[in-house]
Amino acid sequence: MMVTVALFGVLTLVALAPIAIAILAVPLSGKPNATGFVYGACLIVTLILFLLALHVLLEHPAASTITLPLGLPWLGAHFRIDPLSAFFLVVVNLGSAAASLYALGYGRHEEAPQRVLPFFPVYLAAMNLVVLADDAFSFLLSWELMSLSSWALVIADHRRAENMRAGYVYLLMASFGTLTLLLSFGLMAGGDGAYAFDAIRASHPALGTAALVVILALIGAGSKAGLVPLHAWLPLAHPAAPSHVSALMSGVMTKVAVYGFIRIAFDLLGPPQWWWSLVVLALGGVTAVMGVLYALMQRDLKRVLAYSTIENIGLIFASLGLALAFKAYGMHVAAALALTAALLHVFNHSLFKSLLFFGAGSVLTSTGTRDMEKLGGLIHRMPQTAFVFLIGCTAIAALPPLNGFVSEWLSFQAILLSPQLPSWGLKLMVPAVGALLALSAALAAACFVRAFGIVFLGRPRSSKAGAALETDTNSLAAMYALAATCLIVGILPGIFIDALAPVTQMLTGARMPVQTGAEWMSIVPIAESRSSYNGLLVFVFMVITGMATAFAIHRFASDKIRRGPAWGCGYPDASPLTQYSASSFAQPIRRVFGSLVFRAREIGTMPPPGSRAPATLTVQLRDLIWDFAYAPVANAVASIAERLNYLQFLTIRSYLTLVFAALVILLTVLATWP
Amino acid sequence: MAVIYDFALQGAQMLLVLLLAPLLTGFVRKVKARLLSRKGPPLLQPYRDLLRLMRKDVVLADNASWLFRVIPYLVFAATWVAASLVPTFRSGLMFSWTADLIAIIAVLGSARFFLALAGMDAGTSFGGIGSSREVMISSLAEPAMLMIVFVIALIAGSTQLSTMAAFMNSAEVGLRVSLGLALIALTIVAIAENARIPVDNPATHLELTMVHEAMVLEYSGRHLALIELAAALKLLLYVSLIACLFAPWGIAPAVVAPIPIFIGVAAYIGKLAVLGALLAVFETVIAKMRVFRVPEFLGAALMLALLATLLRFVSGSF
Repeated sequence: MMVTVALFGVLTLVALAPIAIAILAVPLSGKPNATGFVYGACLIVTLILFLLALHVLLEHPAASTITLPLGLPWLGAHFRIDPLSAFFLVVVNLGSAAASLYALGYGRHEEAPQRVLPFFPVYLAAMNLVVLADDAFSFLLSWELMSLSSWALVIADHRRAENMRAGYVYLLMASFGTLTLLLSFGLMAGGDGAYAFDAIRASHPALGTAALVVILALIGAGSKAGLVPLHAWLPLAHPAAPSHVSALMSGVMTKVAVYGFIRIAFDLLGPPQWWWSLVVLALGGVTAVMGVLYALMQRDLKRVLAYSTIENIGLIFASLGLALAFKAYGMHVAAALALTAALLHVFNHSLFKSLLFFGAGSVLTSTGTRDMEKLGGLIHRMPQTAFVFLIGCTAIAALPPLNGFVSEWLSFQAILLSPQLPSWGLKLMVPAVGALLALSAALAAACFVRAFGIVFLGRPRSSKAGAALETDTNSLAAMYALAATCLIVGILPGIFIDALAPVTQMLTGARMPVQTGAEWMSIVPIAESRSSYNGLLVFVFMVITGMATAFAIHRFASDKIRRGPAWGCGYPDASPLTQYSASSFAQPIRRVFGSLVFRAREIGTMPPPGSRAPATLTVQLRDLIWDFAYAPVANAVASIAERLNYLQFLTIRSYLTLVFAALVILLTVLATWP
Repeated sequence: MAVIYDFALQGAQMLLVLLLAPLLTGFVRKVKARLLSRKGPPLLQPYRDLLRLMRKDVVLADNASWLFRVIPYLVFAATWVAASLVPTFRSGLMFSWTADLIAIIAVLGSARFFLALAGMDAGTSFGGIGSSREVMISSLAEPAMLMIVFVIALIAGSTQLSTMAAFMNSAEVGLRVSLGLALIALTIVAIAENARIPVDNPATHLELTMVHEAMVLEYSGRHLALIELAAALKLLLYVSLIACLFAPWGIAPAVVAPIPIFIGVAAYIGKLAVLGALLAVFETVIAKMRVFRVPEFLGAALMLALLATLLRFVSGSF
């Protein structure tokens, strides 16, 4: 029943694509508003889907399935909603609804709507379908549809060469990822081609096969999610798309990839082996730190956000790794805690990352640039955008009383349970990952001080930034809604943790203790004497003490204000160029971490005395992962292609000989096959 | 009745930390002055400074935003709330479970986040230099602090400060290698977090190595008073934290009786005096280090804390 309604919703989204094309192609009387129609319809449909998924998650009726006579003839297309897919449907559709609402305003500035409007609803539909799919064939088909529609959106602004390059790299990596997922599902389905997820669950693959499946799934889903070292496409492609699509790619599509991994590793494969978690933990920890270090070095605002997505994906995978480890050793309650931390972070990240991309989009529309070195002082020109962006920054920097802190705190509580794990590898790995996560949290705070401080504070670094205008009401409504949700999850996390219980029950066989009954709405993962956190009280205390202090001081001491030029130890030159820039802000951290991670070098040239040439300072950063992992592969492929190019210019006789030789070789192989 | 009593005790703790914080700062300054054979300002000088600053007009930079005016209250509120949650004279206070040690550290992190933003608001290079160095220092100090929390939490089986303090006061603790390492690391972190010598110099205003003072350079009047008070509270918080974790003697248990509370208050003030004097001596005998030596200093803390955590993971007996 539920799944039928959901599929109707998805079908409506798909149907919107031709309608959009029709409206755009046929000039009706007056000016047709295709933008408003498409985004409005997307908003309504995704909201309905969101409510439906929320209903399934909270009321947890039995899993609802349907088999349609589509796809492979002997298989059909299976779809199903269970708690896990319901949770991810909530994430997908909440993000999609917010993006549609935002796009009602933002989409009006689109230069070529015909390159965005048809693909946007298909993209939303594809993400829903991936989560709904209940057999390998529909899953992969939806996955590929998701990749292709988002690729079309990435190259929407196709006149810029860097976008085309981003689209090319994205397409390559997406195909590679689908290939590994295809192999992974093929191994799970076995020789009989049992592609339905029910059949896969029932079969228990051998130990070696299962290991291979997990590694392939980690590569496939990880490349979509942005796990280091498979992340190279992400910071190119996410910023290239229009901002509401960037928000969806970073905030939602990476979560669909996480869903793929969870579905395979926790659900389809049955009981895990302990060493799987070792791989996942290591990748997660490294991804978290590398992602945020890259983010700190960028000067393109949207690219900062894209790299920060990589960091958060690392955090999610580290928690997932912990959950796998606990599950492998039968510590079900601890596994439920770690999995809750991961899932709550999935939800949180989809909220604040969408919010931040929307903010970046608004900045881009009103200033025309994403280059942080040309922005500044926007808090005066765009006060509301600045306010919601600040909430997003505080949330993503994992600061209480907002939501990012809650999921981070739960991860740390899960880490503190892990000395009970018997394996030595994990005993050494988990504290190291804990340190990496702590480091990435601190660096994330630095990264978002930099992002907000350079873009919104100080004085405008260009005339366009000085003349920016506040964004439209639809965009602001979407951002305010997300910011409010961030605050609500931060101060009342118990409700959201309880809502995740059916998912953890399904995947780990246990759940966290019921939180909503706890005193004063605190969250208590295990026992109150062990650890508890109450975001509501922290928030209320901070607000009350802050306001009481302000009142007392204004009432009894002084409330006068005078304005004057900035002091700066002697009224310095008022030119905006004297301010700290984005790269100078990153300099101390570049010096501490960059020399190792990026081989950062600062090359200064000082002209000789008397010369009027300017002195220069150049910073060189190397992307070692690109240089050592991607460049050699790309070069090898290029050089092989170069050599094989020779085959294109043979005579007809040579071709016939080649075909004949191939036939003989194949027949020989077939004849001698044991 | 018991609720009112609990509430009063929690209120007393909030007032106590607020009132003692400037005194601790004044005391450290006085001891430092005496060690340098100066007479030094009177002990109550910080209170006078604060009152005088509160009454003065605020001079705002021309392009300072609303955020710049809100941040002092935010920073002060966050630091005060955090300081009130660390057990000082009595454990198990009414709201002690509101935030465990990880959350307390994170609340301080919020305060720092906003203070660093304030440094960038006026758009001066001094503010920027202060903020960028502050986040560089915190990017190492915060993970080190979390690792320290891990060590102690793994030993005490809790991240709740009251439970930790009770455990550290019991006979089960004994001498442990990991605790020793954690104490050294915590001391280093506390020095860095409070912008003390050798990381930063709280007494200078006109030198490029300054971090915290450069960040708050544009503040004046009541805003500056709040930031100074928040800094004093933060120093008190770290001293209380070290006292509560590594010298938990005399902290009154969660029972209704006046005598243990008097003992608790007396012991707390005694501990503040001893640790404050130690800080003064340390600051007097050591020289300020270059700003890019600080990462090595803090990296040592991080490594020590990580080593201690690894030891805990490997064997319960370290």
